[in-house]
Amino acid sequence: MSEVLFFLAGSGAIAGALGVVSLRNAFYSVLALVCHLLSLAALFLLLQAQFVAAAQVIVYAGAVMVLYVFVVSYIGQGGVAMQMTGRGRIGGYLFAGALAAELMIAMLGSGLHAISTDGAKADAGFGDPEQIGSLLLTKFLFPFEAASFLLLIAAVGAVVLARRRGGAIDDPAQPVLSVMDMIRDEHLGTMAETVNAGEGAQPTIGRSS
Amino acid sequence: MAIGWYLAVSAIVFSIGAGGVLTRRNPLVTLLCLELMLNAANLALIAFSRMHGNGDGQVFAIIVMVVAACEVTVGLGVIVAMHRRGLIIDVDELRELHG
Repeated sequence: MSEVLFFLAGSGAIAGALGVVSLRNAFYSVLALVCHLLSLAALFLLLQAQFVAAAQVIVYAGAVMVLYVFVVSYIGQGGVAMQMTGRGRIGGYLFAGALAAELMIAMLGSGLHAISTDGAKADAGFGDPEQIGSLLLTKFLFPFEAASFLLLIAAVGAVVLARRRGGAIDDPAQPVLSVMDMIRDEHLGTMAETVNAGEGAQPTIGRSS
Repeated sequence: MAIGWYLAVSAIVFSIGAGGVLTRRNPLVTLLCLELMLNAANLALIAFSRMHGNGDGQVFAIIVMVVAACEVTVGLGVIVAMHRRGLIIDVDELRELHG
């Protein structure tokens, strides 16, 4: 049973990866990556990593892929040349083939005898949230905190990079309407009225009593 | 299934991702191929974690997922900023730093 599931999920993962690389439309590439990630979550389940499989589906196939889909639909496909031509492309494929051959040689010639077994005998609680949580909060506390800082920095950085520069919001010529303009009575001698009167304009904003 | 089969899948996916990074010109697809490579590394980490019967590899995989999410966020922010400035979304055409 586990062999059948492994070959289904493994071929799904490889097919998804090939789809990401070869499809012309970036939107279809994202969908192929979703297929790849779901197959990979099935492989994680076969390796008794339940928590990581659930996190893979929720975080990757859920959140990150939604981000990709939004950006792809925002940017569109406008005139993007899809693939390299000529020598660069051939060189890229040759490099990938050489990398695959090298990794296979490294795996076949490995001195690790355990990779031809089904793995060590795992107890019942292997890979469940309790084990991962206790490891994260005791042995790996520093990487955990560093990862949280990294997420915070990435969120701030993304907002700073992608924010709207200039535009109507930051235009100083546009009058800024604040909540106080709505609730303040007229002719109170406030600073806002003085500024408006100095420019020769009647204060039109405000409640007339 | 023997652990070696999982490692073989991981190696194949990693090579496909590396080939995609080298050949595709759309930076969005380049980011997707980087995700492929990171996920292949995750699969190898979890396979080795199963091989040793030790949960440490799964924690590594979760940290790798966090790093991948950060990379995607910043990368997509850069791409959106490029789009806002009207630059061509093509890694070969961006040569302002070329000198």
